[in-house]
Amino acid sequence: MFPVKGISGPPVQVGGGCSLLSPIVVENLVKTFRVAEREPGMWGAVRGLVRRRHRRVRALGGISFAVEPGELVGYIGPNGAGKSTTVKVLSGILVPDSGRCEVLGRVPWRERIALVRQLGVVFGQRTQLWWDLPVIESFDLLRAIYRVSERDHIRARDELIALLDLAPLLDVPVRQLSLGQRMRCDLAAALLHSPKLLFLDEPTIGLDAVSKLAVRDFVRRLNRERGVTVILTTHDMDDIEALCTRVIVIGEGRILSDGTLDDLRRRVTTERWLIVDLLEDDEVSDAQATVISREGSRVCLRFDPEEVAPAALIARITARHAVRDLFVENPPIEEIIARMYRGAAP
Amino acid sequence: MDSLRLYFRYLGVSVRSQMQYRGSFILLSIAHLFATGADFVGLWVLFHRFGSIKGWSLPEVALLYGMVSSAFAFADATSRGFAMFGETMVRTGEFDRILLRPCSVALQIAGQELTLRRVGRLSQSIPVLLWAAWSLHVVWSPAKAALALMTILGGACLFNGLFVLRGTLAFWTVESLEIMNTVTYGGVEASEYPLVIYPAWFRRFFTFVIPLACIGYFPALGILERTSAAGVPSFLPWVAPLAGPAFLCLTLQVWKLGVRHYQSTGS
Amino acid sequence: MSAYGAVISARFRMHLQYRAAAAAGFGTQLFWGVIRILIFGAFYRSTTAHQPMTYPQVVTYIWLSQALMRLIPWYAGDPDVRAAIRTGAVAYELLRPVDLYWTWFVRIIGASLAETALRAIPMFLVAGLFLGLQAPPSWASAGAWGLAMIGVVLLAGAMVTLLSVTMMWTISGEGVTYIVPTLAIVFSGLIVPLPFFPDWAQPILNVLPFRGMLDIPFRLYMGHIPSGQALPLFAQQMAWAVALIVIGRLLLARGTRRLVVQGG
Repeated sequence: MFPVKGISGPPVQVGGGCSLLSPIVVENLVKTFRVAEREPGMWGAVRGLVRRRHRRVRALGGISFAVEPGELVGYIGPNGAGKSTTVKVLSGILVPDSGRCEVLGRVPWRERIALVRQLGVVFGQRTQLWWDLPVIESFDLLRAIYRVSERDHIRARDELIALLDLAPLLDVPVRQLSLGQRMRCDLAAALLHSPKLLFLDEPTIGLDAVSKLAVRDFVRRLNRERGVTVILTTHDMDDIEALCTRVIVIGEGRILSDGTLDDLRRRVTTERWLIVDLLEDDEVSDAQATVISREGSRVCLRFDPEEVAPAALIARITARHAVRDLFVENPPIEEIIARMYRGAAP
Repeated sequence: MDSLRLYFRYLGVSVRSQMQYRGSFILLSIAHLFATGADFVGLWVLFHRFGSIKGWSLPEVALLYGMVSSAFAFADATSRGFAMFGETMVRTGEFDRILLRPCSVALQIAGQELTLRRVGRLSQSIPVLLWAAWSLHVVWSPAKAALALMTILGGACLFNGLFVLRGTLAFWTVESLEIMNTVTYGGVEASEYPLVIYPAWFRRFFTFVIPLACIGYFPALGILERTSAAGVPSFLPWVAPLAGPAFLCLTLQVWKLGVRHYQSTGS
Repeated sequence: MSAYGAVISARFRMHLQYRAAAAAGFGTQLFWGVIRILIFGAFYRSTTAHQPMTYPQVVTYIWLSQALMRLIPWYAGDPDVRAAIRTGAVAYELLRPVDLYWTWFVRIIGASLAETALRAIPMFLVAGLFLGLQAPPSWASAGAWGLAMIGVVLLAGAMVTLLSVTMMWTISGEGVTYIVPTLAIVFSGLIVPLPFFPDWAQPILNVLPFRGMLDIPFRLYMGHIPSGQALPLFAQQMAWAVALIVIGRLLLARGTRRLVVQGG
């Protein structure tokens, strides 16, 4: 077991014990896009043929961060915040306007092929497997593409097949797989060449609950037991809560927050939520708590633990009402993020 | 080379995918054969009526037709990746995945598909070529046979170069430019007839800009031993087919520019 | 009408099976026309023998072909119908209280008219002004041509609809019918004007329905066929059209019953 640290703490020895360098270093990345403006309607379309007006969109306005080996980082933000732009720059697909970036010791867009050989990427929305071929043949083709030796390939492949329970799927053409099955195969495919760094983009999107848990479990083990550094881009906050020790929030091309989940929560608010299941339909109110919602006999209250101790509030509520059950929670992370985005909007 | 082996692997994958739809493949191949055979029917009818064109007889033009059509058959069958690049890769975002693989981008695109049914065109162009070879009053030699083969291969390179250009355009415009279709499909038809029948500007364009003359007309002059009559140096037929691969290399450089453009502007 | 609008606009985005149709934008067709004219020019200069048509007539014929070629059956069956059969959506069409045959018939006619109009107008303008497309020699010829064009639309529509109907018999919607478009291309005069075909072939060409799709209307236009012949030739077109419609309706009825029996 390797001690995994967040952004503070000494660098970690992982795997072969070679990499003391941060796998990802990003410094002041700037990227602006020229987006053609389409004028609405027929006349606009005609005018658009002759002269196109362009709008400058600042996708990245100077972001900086570093990722240590073995971290499992969540990279979240609203749509259009710059998440996919960042990932594209990191993988060498996009060239930034300015700034410094090094992934696994290489400048991505300059040494694309060398970098990509050590990188695994999974897109939740699109499979990288060949649609008409049985899974096992896709794996074999990937071996040829990544130039993995026969021995290494078989070892990695068989391990992944065991870990992800792919044995019954190997001879099935990809087009016949369910979404959950396909995702597991895509995960395996991305790891066949034993990359040190894994980018996951919406890996659990559209999956049923069981598959989501399987994917999360696999990623967690991959990170904790094998020290694979993972960058997870997702809208699913459950993924974040389940997996990430560190969360980077990006909004409108700027980094809004970079730290643990708790750091994130505390930045936005210290408030906690008290959920009460009443036995009878009562009106619940308290001087130091605000009712957020009420669904049948379930009431949700918001309070600030720095203003009133949770225990005191609970005592008051249970004294006044017949309570069947109650629990204290942090506000859901979506709520936190939403507030953060709203705060970020000018 | 590793890359070449990978390319053929890609093609193999494509063939196996298509083989799963075997029934329709056979029918479509036959249909394609008929469609492309219509060209030669036209040729035959006209020669039956007119006898000759600017001093070229039917077997002589058939030689030209056979070589160019065969070259196009190979190119057409292997071109789908670049020809449909805009629709299949850029618009859908699939191209990003291509960039995430540690091998040549062009090779992956080129290996996208081997459209088997288009090979059906060969089943009319090869017989035409063989018939022409048999009917011609020329003495065949291994050198001439090799020239014919080189011409076909060079032609396949050139046509593929045109498809690469067409795919490259997708980096800049959403609409596929009609001009590329004109030059590609129009070019095939035009080069199935001897260049002499066309006006000077046409001949110059298709000799120096898009060297279609080099993968049909000039080699044919060599095989038919008409170089002096046409006012063309006698060594030209033998080096002309090289224009095909040269053109392809040129277009691949332009392609690289396109990829760089994509990387700096996103999609 | 908006439903047809949707059909027609979808059609414009379709890829067709054959390279000629699939690739042919306006520029490509201009190029093809020019090349064909140059080829014919060279042929004419290579011989002094008498030809079935004069060179100016050939030029006009070629430009008429480029302008109006979308009227002939390019499809081995309406692609929308093929898609409907493949996905099973045809079952919905069978449930509607409209005559399915006429629906398909009108659909394909609407599509081909729209596609043709889009191509014919600029082609007539450009070729007429700059490239040698001549006007009809008389009003009578023009009228004869107009009548024949009506025949073409109905005849081609009937043929394509029949091909669409035959697709109900094959699982994936394909079949030997894929040959028909090629036959249409060759035997309508699109590749080479039909009068140039060998003399022994002319009776065969007269028997086939394709002659009435391009060759006959074009030659009426040019006066190559005297306008007096317009009516009998139109009758010939309509005879074929009617025959194809009757066969089509019969097959559709059989096919519908078959589909319903199999449980759709």
